[in-house]
Amino acid sequence: MLVVDDDSALAEMLGIVLRTDGFEPAFVPDGSRALQAFRETKPDVVLLDLMLPGLSGIDVCRAIRAESGTPIIMLTAKSDTVDVVLGLESGADDYVVKPFKPKELVARMRARLRHHEDVGSETLTIGPLDAPLTIDVPAHQVTRDGGQIALTPLEFDLLVALARKPRQVFTREVLLEQVWGYRHAADTRLVNVHVQRLRSKVERDPERPEVVLTVRGVGYKAGPP
Amino acid sequence: MSAAARAWRAVGTRARRLRNLVVGTWQHSLQLRVATTTLLVTGVVVLVIGIFIVDQVAEGVLRAKREAAIQQANVGLDSARSAFLDVDSSDAGAVQKARSQVISTLSANGRSAGLFNITVESPTPSDLTNSVKISAGLRDAVKDHDLAVQYAPVPLTPTGTKRVPGLIVGEPVQARTGLFELYYLFPLTAEQQTIALLQRTVLLSGLGLVLLVVAIAMLVTRQVVRPVRVAARTAGRLAEGDLSQRISVRGTDDIARLGRSFNDMAGSLQRQIRRLEDLSRLQRRFTSDVSHELRTPLTTIRMAAELLHAGRDEFPPELSRSAELLRAELDRFESLLDDLLEISRYDAGVASLESETTDIRGVVTTSVDASRMLAERHGSEVVVDLPNRPVPVDIDARRVERILRNLLGNALDHSEGKPVVVTVGYDDDAVAVTVRDHGVGLRPGEAGLVFNRFWRGDPSRSRLTGGTGLGLAISLEDARLHDGWLQAWGERGKGAQFRLTLPRQAGHTLLTSPLPLGPDDEYEDE
Repeated sequence: MLVVDDDSALAEMLGIVLRTDGFEPAFVPDGSRALQAFRETKPDVVLLDLMLPGLSGIDVCRAIRAESGTPIIMLTAKSDTVDVVLGLESGADDYVVKPFKPKELVARMRARLRHHEDVGSETLTIGPLDAPLTIDVPAHQVTRDGGQIALTPLEFDLLVALARKPRQVFTREVLLEQVWGYRHAADTRLVNVHVQRLRSKVERDPERPEVVLTVRGVGYKAGPP
Repeated sequence: MSAAARAWRAVGTRARRLRNLVVGTWQHSLQLRVATTTLLVTGVVVLVIGIFIVDQVAEGVLRAKREAAIQQANVGLDSARSAFLDVDSSDAGAVQKARSQVISTLSANGRSAGLFNITVESPTPSDLTNSVKISAGLRDAVKDHDLAVQYAPVPLTPTGTKRVPGLIVGEPVQARTGLFELYYLFPLTAEQQTIALLQRTVLLSGLGLVLLVVAIAMLVTRQVVRPVRVAARTAGRLAEGDLSQRISVRGTDDIARLGRSFNDMAGSLQRQIRRLEDLSRLQRRFTSDVSHELRTPLTTIRMAAELLHAGRDEFPPELSRSAELLRAELDRFESLLDDLLEISRYDAGVASLESETTDIRGVVTTSVDASRMLAERHGSEVVVDLPNRPVPVDIDARRVERILRNLLGNALDHSEGKPVVVTVGYDDDAVAVTVRDHGVGLRPGEAGLVFNRFWRGDPSRSRLTGGTGLGLAISLEDARLHDGWLQAWGERGKGAQFRLTLPRQAGHTLLTSPLPLGPDDEYEDE
């Protein structure tokens, strides 16, 4: 795994904690070298500080997302809406607000690294009848009319969670628990932002969604197959 | 509705509109009011003066005429007397002759009092044919006195039938037999013309004067009003936020001074607001910087503390306890920092609302669930009374949850092991959540203080939650951000109740709350 953080004390402490939990962290102290380090170490998960010298965390996030779906967890000092939403929109899967507890961070990382139990061959179909989405769950592939749609693991998990129970309405809290692994109430903006990102990839017209439908005042559900 | 009624109503509407227009213009235009007032006042003054002048002059003219007429009569009296002296009134021929003689003599005699005609009345009736009928009153007066005067219509010429306003002067002429009466008939046409001319002149000049004064008044008002209007317009633009607006000032008069003072004021305002904006920006930057700079080392400390805490079993007892204290106080430190940053965000005016339609019951349930642990520590039960239907509300769920968690924490802190009751009420416009505890309650006057920062009801009481003292202050700001209310009720020994009222639609103004602020519950007697 890769830790991008400019504070050496925090980085060292993170190293101690993460090694205790069985991770093998690599460290980069500034944003401009982050992408290179990412390519070299090929981490399973990236811990990314939002405020970095060189390239900002948001830009690093975008750069990594442009070439990989590797889970990115932001370390942010601000809980301000704008910064959090900006970070999520630039491709981060989740975020932890400083000061966080080590357990909290590890839980967030494990949730993103969770390997799905082998379900054999499971294929789901959702979306409008004239242009349905086909989801091959074990292969982590989503196709429409034979064309493959690239989703990050998180977006894939979100889509699968909705598609497995097509008629059920999921509240944001339920999705937070199933997809992000939060056991307590958390920031529902995570769900909103990622639904938007997912829609921008799987909908024919993201303004008029057919695959991920909003149920006003409740949450989301998958469109009919 | 009949056609007539409709027509009436249309007329009424139009009349009302016209009246509104007039009243509106009247109230809006200072110039119109000044002009109208000036018109009325000068009009009345000029009218009074004009009437006075015309009256005086007319009286003078008539008096002069009258005096001249009487003089004329006196002058002719002697010749008339001599003519009639020997005339027998019963001799018609003699009378006629004397009369003609008198008329021609007197007519030729003088014109000092202007044109006149002469009529003679003889003591014996109807032997003289006179074109003018002298009134009986005048004749009686002439017979009784020496000379009498009357204003009456007279013919312009001796034989004419057209009557014009005139003056009749009558005098008695003693004949041998009987008393003749001699009447001078003065037409007043010339005088009338003079007076009419005077009236016209006075009227026209008065009218001109009034118009002139009104025009001057309007001009002067305009000179005053125009800069005032400019100032008003500029002030309006300033109020709308265009701080660069100024009035162009010329000269050094009072109006210019007004303009200059106005510009000074605007300049000072602009400087002040710029300064405040800079301060606010700085504050925001500061908040964000403090947030980052403080949190990064705090994270390291926090992780180190957790690590020490996890391994505390291997430490000697003092070190182990120290690790526990370190962790617990870090929690407090963090929540205090969070609250401080949150409140400074409100102070900087940068808090924003992320509204979404949400079922209030979910928010309440989440908040109550989050407080379960605390409730267990206090040994208090949390009783929740929810409506059995979804109640959608436009709220920022994160903030409302924070309010409710704060209220619950506060209630549990003061519950003294007695139940805390959470009630949700709603109507078409608003939703209310009350949190009621049955602890020590509040002293009179404290209900308004509880939202003050760092306020503590009883400093000697310990708090399990280790509240920061900012929770309720932040909750109040959160409620205000929703255009909602957060109010407290409390009585010594009966506990306290906090009521949160939120409009169901964003932007709706609250008028009433669906739940009462005071208590109405069944635990009162316990």
